[in-house]
Order: sequence, then structure tokens, then C-alpha cells
Amino acid sequence: MNKNSWILYIGILIFGLVAPFIFPAFKVQLSILCVLIVLATTWNIQGGEMGYNTFGNILFYGLGMYLCASVQVGMFFPLAEWTESGGEKTFVHTPSQFFQGMAAGLVVAAVVPTIVAGLIGYAILGLRGHYFAICTLGLGVAAGEISGGIEIIGAGQGFTTPPFPNIGGLEARGEFFYFLSFGALVLTFIAVRAIYTTRFRLILNAIRDNEDKAEAMGIETMKYKITGWMISAFFCGLAGGIMGGLVGYIDSTDVAFDGREMGVFMVLMAILGGKGTLWGPIIGATLFHFFKEGFWTFFLGWQYVALGVLIVVIVIYFPEGLMGWLREKYPERFGEVVDEADRKAQVELK
Amino acid sequence: MDFLVFQYPMITIQACLDGLLLGILFALIAYGMALQWGVMNIINIAQGDLVILGGYIAYFMYLYGIHPAWGVIVSPIIMYFVGIAIYKLVINKVVDRDLFISILATFGISILFMQLMNFAFGADVVLANSGYGTTMLFDNNVVLPNSKIFSAFISIVFAICLVVYMKRSKLGRAIRATAQNARAAKILGVDTEKVYAATFGINAALCGVAGALISITFTIHPYMGLPYTIRSFMIVIVAGLGNLPGVAMSGMGLGIFEEFADYILGTEFRIGSVFLLLVLILVYRRFKLSRKREYLK
Repeated sequence: MNKNSWILYIGILIFGLVAPFIFPAFKVQLSILCVLIVLATTWNIQGGEMGYNTFGNILFYGLGMYLCASVQVGMFFPLAEWTESGGEKTFVHTPSQFFQGMAAGLVVAAVVPTIVAGLIGYAILGLRGHYFAICTLGLGVAAGEISGGIEIIGAGQGFTTPPFPNIGGLEARGEFFYFLSFGALVLTFIAVRAIYTTRFRLILNAIRDNEDKAEAMGIETMKYKITGWMISAFFCGLAGGIMGGLVGYIDSTDVAFDGREMGVFMVLMAILGGKGTLWGPIIGATLFHFFKEGFWTFFLGWQYVALGVLIVVIVIYFPEGLMGWLREKYPERFGEVVDEADRKAQVELK
Repeated sequence: MDFLVFQYPMITIQACLDGLLLGILFALIAYGMALQWGVMNIINIAQGDLVILGGYIAYFMYLYGIHPAWGVIVSPIIMYFVGIAIYKLVINKVVDRDLFISILATFGISILFMQLMNFAFGADVVLANSGYGTTMLFDNNVVLPNSKIFSAFISIVFAICLVVYMKRSKLGRAIRATAQNARAAKILGVDTEKVYAATFGINAALCGVAGALISITFTIHPYMGLPYTIRSFMIVIVAGLGNLPGVAMSGMGLGIFEEFADYILGTEFRIGSVFLLLVLILVYRRFKLSRKREYLK
């Protein structure tokens, strides 16, 4: 790691720390951006590095969301009565109860999806290619439909998460959730960056490029695939828990297991930025968030139409993403040595 | 949990008959899926949305006072051209690419269609009333709407027509040749681009027929497309590509499974159980194949 990248990291960190005070009106948007970056980065471990394109990370996200809210309520009050009373606040969390509940809830929200990923990983990750994609799509939708039928977490009428305690009003709430999600983002970035410098990443890439050969080379691919998925699940669950508190209301198919929105968004963000790179998903998520907010503001009502067109255009014309495009344009910047004669010969062959 | 099914045999018969008639419809949609998967090697997530669009065509005829059964003729004709348009705009750019690209691109089309239908037709659950009445069986214990029998009959007629067409006609031969080996077909003078367009058009037309039948037998709603896609995918992976009797059988099996899941688990878990069944089938096949150190291809 050279000096320039240190300056870059510290610059981003300082920007992240002061951002809510520079743009106080956009605190919620910035928090959502942090969550989106976490989701895109963790999807990239799966789809970009390992080559297992999943629609199922939404399962861990939704699970984390429900678990965090349930723990936060269930630690102090009966859960069934809370969900039954719906939006009406029969019980009120004191500030210390709220923060203790949130802390415990986030731990559970991160750990349980990791265990779930480990348990179902052996069965699901044996599938390959599009079978894996469709299977995880089915898993995500099934989780949404089933959680919509369970009474104790609110069934069809939804689950109101505990409201932020009455200290400092909306400003404090925004800052709290911003720093929570920014913390999750920093944690994710450090973890993913550390992973990408190890042999683990090379093994994941080997699995992506040719799994049979990787197995023949003596790599226990299943072990690494499950580990990769568990890492994704950990951060997805954490992001889900934070997002649940931020939105304040959990619905089974529209907020938590929202395969039609968030489940596709994370794939799209990673592809837009360029999968298989560290910075791609981060840039992709940022761009995508701007696009999305623009759509939601200017094409109100038509946002899904615009989104559908955007998906088709990105997938058809930019399957390699922004980073892939830059890489093709300036290969020297990415540390690739280009033999000019060789490249010309290849261009002529095409 | 409701164990009435086991105590009262008439409900079992009712569920089986309902499931059979429903399953024939699923098999028709799945046949279209198998066709495009086999020929063009793409998985179309928008399949279910094409079905729903076909249903809305029949529903609109009903609104304007035409009997919705005519939708069975009109809907496939319109849908054929819709299919060709989708092919020209999007699908021809993803045909020879990675399968995941086609999944994502058609996912985009699916979202687009869902929302356009929501704008055009509203978010209400609708059905086109055919006014066919019902048939009572077994001392009035089993009730079968005539529209379901009609739709199963029409599906079988269309399936037979299509099979004969694929066997006898020039285009059918070209489609089968392309499915076997696109490159060889191209060398021997088959215009594969045209064949692909026609295949996608035929698939959309099949969806149109199925959609028109669904709109007169069941209900349609702009967001109901994805379950139909998953059902047809499931039927195709159980039966295998190009195995028509298998598609019919597994379609009916899925229909019966759904009716029983509806009775035993309750209606709110019906769609969930379909998606879970997909996961279970895939996992079962994965373990079965991994004994021979193979995997699903």
C-alpha cells in the first residue's frame, strides 16, 4: 500500500465523518448510501470474485432486519403484544433500553444469518451457474412469502421497529443512524480489503474461472465457497438490521425480503461499477444511488419503468461495468503490462 | 393446519381434479420456456409477465363486450408481435452471452412490464367472466367450473397443434436443427436470426394463449407474473429440455401439489410453497448428481 492510497483512505474517512454536518438535509440519504455500498461490496464477494451470481443475499438482509427488530423489542417487552398493537405505542423504550437493544439486535442480526448461510451453504452452493441464480431467487421470494404469514413478527400488517428515544429529536436520530451505517461501511471495507490481499481471494477467483480445475488442483472448493457466502451473510445481516431501524417499519415483501428492489439493486450496483474489483461496487453503488434518487424525484410514478430500462441498458451495454471499461481503456493503470504489438495482432484477429 | 383433506375424500378428489386442470395450463407455459431455453439458451424471467399481458388482452375484450374466449385466438396473435419486438430490442443482444446476463436482462423487462401493466390496467385483481357455469360431480360434492375444463381442452389442442407444427413444417424443422447445433444449421443455410425471432414469438404466443385462459379461469394482477416463471422453470428442470410428455406430467404434478398445499398449509403459504419446492427440487437433484461427482448443467 503506497502513500497515495493512504491519503485517499484518510480523505474519505474524514469526509465520511463530517458529511452529515456539511449536508444535514441528506443524512438519511447518506445512511442509505452506506448500506447500499455494504450490500454491493458483499454481493461482489459472491458474484464478482467467486462467480456465483446470487439473488439470495436478500435473504440474509431481510433476516437481519427482522432479527434486529425482534431482539430489540423482545429483550424488554412481549413481542406478540407489540406486533399486535401495530403502530400504536403501548410500550416505550427508555434511551438506555433502546441502545442496549440495538447493540444486542445488531449482533444477533449479523451472527444468525452467518450461521444460516453456513447451514444451507452446503446444499445450495453445490449448484452452479444459472441453477444457483434461480435457486437463490426462489429462496429469497419464498422467505418473503413465508414471513408474510407468521403472526409473531407482524404477518401481513408489518412490524413497527422501536422509535428512536426522545433525545435530541430528528437530528440526533439521523446522526445516530448515519454513524451506525458509516461504521458498518468502514468495517466492511476493512474486512473486504483485508480478504482481497490474501490467498483466499485467489482461490475464489480460481473457483470463478474454472471450478473443476481448482478442485483438481487440490482446493477444497466447497469449504471456501461456504466461507465466502458466510462473510457475505454477516455483512448483509448487519446492513439489514441497520436499515430496519432506519426505515422504522418492516414489511415482509416490500421492505425486508424485497427481491424485486433491493435484491436486484445489489446485483446491479456491483455490475454497474464493475464486478471483481474492490472499488467497482463502491463507485457503482454511489452512481446508482444518484440515478435512483433522480428517478424517484423526476419520474415519480414512472420510476420502475425507468429502473427496468436502466437494468436492460446496463446489462446489455456495460456488462463489464465502469471499472471494466476503464481497465480496457487504460490497462497500464491497473498494473497490466501491455505488449503493443501483441495487442495490435489481437485487434486484427477480431 | 387442516387435516380435513384426509378425513373427507371428496376434497381430495376436488383438489386432484383442480390440480390436473391447472397443471395442464402450467405445462403449456413451461413448453414455451423449454422451447426458448433449448433453442436460444436463455432463461426468460419475463415469461410470467408475458402470460399476464396475454391475460389482460382477453380481459379487455371482455370489457368491450366481446366474449373472452375469443381472446384465445386474438391474444396469441398480438403476443407474437410483442415477442418479436422484445427479441429485436433486447434478446438478440444477449443470445450468445452468459446465461446470467439473459436472466438479468429479462428481469429488467419483467420489472418494466409489471409497472407498465400497473399503469395501464390498474392494480386490481381482475377476471374475465366467461359465464360458462359449473359441472357438479359425485352427488354435487365436487364442483368443477366449466371454464377450467374449457381451458384445459384448449391448452391440449394448442399443444398438439404446436407439436405437429414443429414436426412437419419447414420452420419447425429449422427450429429443431438450430436447437441441436446452431453453427451447423447456419452452415447448412438456416437463417438462425430468423429462427430465434420466430422461437421467441412462438413462446410469447403460447404465453398469450395461457394468459387468456388464466384470465377466464382464475384471476390476473400485474404483479402475479414471477410465480408463473418459477413454475415453468421448475417444470422444465424436472422434465428436462425437449421431453414433452415429461413436461405435461410434471406440470400436472405441480398443479396437484399446489392444490394440496393450499388446503393443508393455507392459501397464504401457497406461493411460498411453490418457491420452496423449487429450492428442494434443485437441492435434491444436486445431491443425487454429486454422488456421481456431477452437477446440474
